[in-house]
Amino acid sequence: MTQTCLTFRDLTLGYNSHPAIHHLDGAIRKGSLTAVVGANGSGKSTLMKGIVGVLKPMAGEVVRAPGVRAAYLPQQSELDRSFPARVVDLVSLGLWPKRGMLGRYTSEDRAAVSQALMAVGLGGFEKRPIDTLSGGQLQRTLFARVLLQDADLILLDEPFNAVDAKTVGDLIALIKRWHGEERTIMVVVHDLDLVRQNFPETLLLARQPIAWGETRETLKPENLLRARRFHEAWEENAPWCEPDEHAHGHDHDHHDHTHGHDHDHHHGAGPRAA
Amino acid sequence: MDWIYGLFIAPFADFGFMQRALFGSLMLSLGACPIGVFLMLRRMSLSGDAMAHAILPGAAAGFLFYGLEILPMTIGGLIAGIIVALGAGAVSRFTIQREDASMAAFYLISLAIGVLMVSIRGSSVDLMHVLFGTVLALNNEALALIGGIVAVTLVSLAIFWRALVAECLDPLFLRSVSRMGSPVHFIFLGLVVLNLVGGFQALGTLLSVGLMMLPAAAARFWTVRVEPMCVLAVLIGFASCIAGLLLSYHASLPSGPAIILSAGVVYFASILFGTRGILRARIIHHRHRTA
Repeated sequence: MTQTCLTFRDLTLGYNSHPAIHHLDGAIRKGSLTAVVGANGSGKSTLMKGIVGVLKPMAGEVVRAPGVRAAYLPQQSELDRSFPARVVDLVSLGLWPKRGMLGRYTSEDRAAVSQALMAVGLGGFEKRPIDTLSGGQLQRTLFARVLLQDADLILLDEPFNAVDAKTVGDLIALIKRWHGEERTIMVVVHDLDLVRQNFPETLLLARQPIAWGETRETLKPENLLRARRFHEAWEENAPWCEPDEHAHGHDHDHHDHTHGHDHDHHHGAGPRAA
Repeated sequence: MDWIYGLFIAPFADFGFMQRALFGSLMLSLGACPIGVFLMLRRMSLSGDAMAHAILPGAAAGFLFYGLEILPMTIGGLIAGIIVALGAGAVSRFTIQREDASMAAFYLISLAIGVLMVSIRGSSVDLMHVLFGTVLALNNEALALIGGIVAVTLVSLAIFWRALVAECLDPLFLRSVSRMGSPVHFIFLGLVVLNLVGGFQALGTLLSVGLMMLPAAAARFWTVRVEPMCVLAVLIGFASCIAGLLLSYHASLPSGPAIILSAGVVYFASILFGTRGILRARIIHHRHRTA
């Protein structure tokens, strides 16, 4: 029996009563490396936000295994690059889970920051102001911060956007190192070749999971076609989602956990069916 | 040597009111200048100004009921300021409206109420006093109040420093690792109000924001790190207070504007000569290294 890291129970996430993730059930195995793929607007980033907890579910829940700490690298960072900070200041934020708001940084911590910067290929960048970094260097810096967070669950939302091939290679190597350390990793990726080469498991999303499991199976042409037919737009007058309407919709045959389809949702505002 | 003594030392050595003014304004700089640095870095420079206006109805209410007494006016200002800060902050945090719009709405309403209250019973002289204050009339009560405000400010900054920096630098990251984001924002707004209220007896509601923002804006031209920026802002604040008080003494000028204008001179000098100022960027940076 493998352990689960994350369990989704009838999870619906969205905005203004329109679901972006619709009745998701399933689980993420501890130590797994999962690519999350799908068209724009298919709910990938929304799922990430739901897992971290910056977006509250409209229905259902995400359950983290006890003691699991998450590190999250968002697609649209709210990082203020004009803030007067050095690379070392930004990376040191990753010490928050360990030191909190008041804990003093030790010489050990400072060494860990330097090591993290070395690991992402930015040794010697400690004193650079962050507004002088290139896009790729900033992305490496943020990876160093994730590294320092020493989290069990790592969520990366489109980390390879606008990043050159060499940097992608280095970041992939880092992700594989985390995978080797039995950390659970979910990465939103658009490049399917990259997924096929590097990610053992894939979740293909189109508001609902189209397929979920081993990458080769998931990314079969028929699945991709189905995902492509997904209608992105909200429909203003879509009917309200009724409790048993979707009970047939979960076509993922994933992992060895049991989750009864006992959907007893209590939709407050009530998400609309797609 | 005598003229140096006469120019710089004697005014403070000979007159009690000058000593009080110096002491009060230096304390004020110690608390308000670092707050100003964070206001500036959070792009809320004008929010300070808005908050200063928002304090008016509270101060006016205190004035209406108790006359020109510092404590009721201060407490009134504090309450009005906190209502506006929390209200505007809450609207921007929990609705789609941005902080600049909600702050503008709240402070304008507050200002209108304030002007209304002052005009009901006060003469325009009273209004002038509330708006412009006078650092030369600080009594022991006022000094104690400023001292308390500075202590609270510095202790809070020390405790919440890391959260405040994280909230400015990368708010989404802070939200992903901690729940301190919203509390620290409101604590910060509270400190802004506290320091403006502390300043209004000395400088008036309109000018107290000047001592907060001008040194911070000037310090931005000299350094690329937050900690030195705060220290530098405090030092610029100190220098402005001393220069302003001397100017006010020797040239018989009102003290508040003299202090703020001194800070303004430092600001313009910083724009020109700062290490990140215009002249450096235009002239010296024509030379560059090979890598």
